[in-house]
Amino acid sequence: MNLRRDVFQAIADPTRRAILLLVASQSLTAGAIASNFDTARPTVSKHLQILTECELIKQEQNGREIYYHLNPKKMKEIADFIEPFRKMWDDRFNKLETIMKKYKSK
Amino acid sequence: MEQKTKIDAEEGRQELVITRKFDLPLELVFKAFADPEIIEQWMGTKVIKLESKKHGSYQFETTDPKGNVHRFSGVIHAFIPNQKITRTFEMENTPFGVQLEVTEFEKLSEDTSKITTHSIYESVAQRDQMLRLPFTQGINWAHNRLQEILSKLK
Repeated sequence: MNLRRDVFQAIADPTRRAILLLVASQSLTAGAIASNFDTARPTVSKHLQILTECELIKQEQNGREIYYHLNPKKMKEIADFIEPFRKMWDDRFNKLETIMKKYKSK
Repeated sequence: MEQKTKIDAEEGRQELVITRKFDLPLELVFKAFADPEIIEQWMGTKVIKLESKKHGSYQFETTDPKGNVHRFSGVIHAFIPNQKITRTFEMENTPFGVQLEVTEFEKLSEDTSKITTHSIYESVAQRDQMLRLPFTQGINWAHNRLQEILSKLK
């Protein structure tokens, strides 16, 4: 089973979503990320591994430290997934609005 | 800018919430959900049957660009003018099951209003499949029609 590579599975977890928010603003080391959570360090490492595997975050070597940062391209994929559905309803409702504005002025 | 239509689909849940603010009085928005002729215009479907009352039912039909006919139908559980419509929704002959849809109508001001539709699916998988549907269809038909209208306005 390779569910782990599913991005939607990855963002289903609240800790992982919190990690994504953290690294969205700046690149951080695993230690800096872990310091934001009460959970044990290995647990945070596991979350980072999952997020890295599905490419939501990327590692970057900076001297002796490894920094994690958000992969905006992958994040956009998630946003895009729901966008056509939203657009479909947005178009319908825009149309409703246009029709009823005309109806009102009749 | 804030989006007028919002979809809230939390991961791992079998429901989603659609919210939309309209620059229209509440009564006109509700009318657009109750009048078959108006529904046909904005939903882009043919209304075969619509009994807007408790224990009533409805049947809509659309024809895709390839000429295939799709039917949508359900039963109405609550029809409270200017407040609420509760109904089931089913795309016939598809694996998407039956959804429960609760739409609430809310007055924001004399000229603005808001609707909130809460859709509950049979399973998380069914919801996610449904969300992906516009992808599968490519550019959806409603969008095409909107483009046509917009190009005529230019």
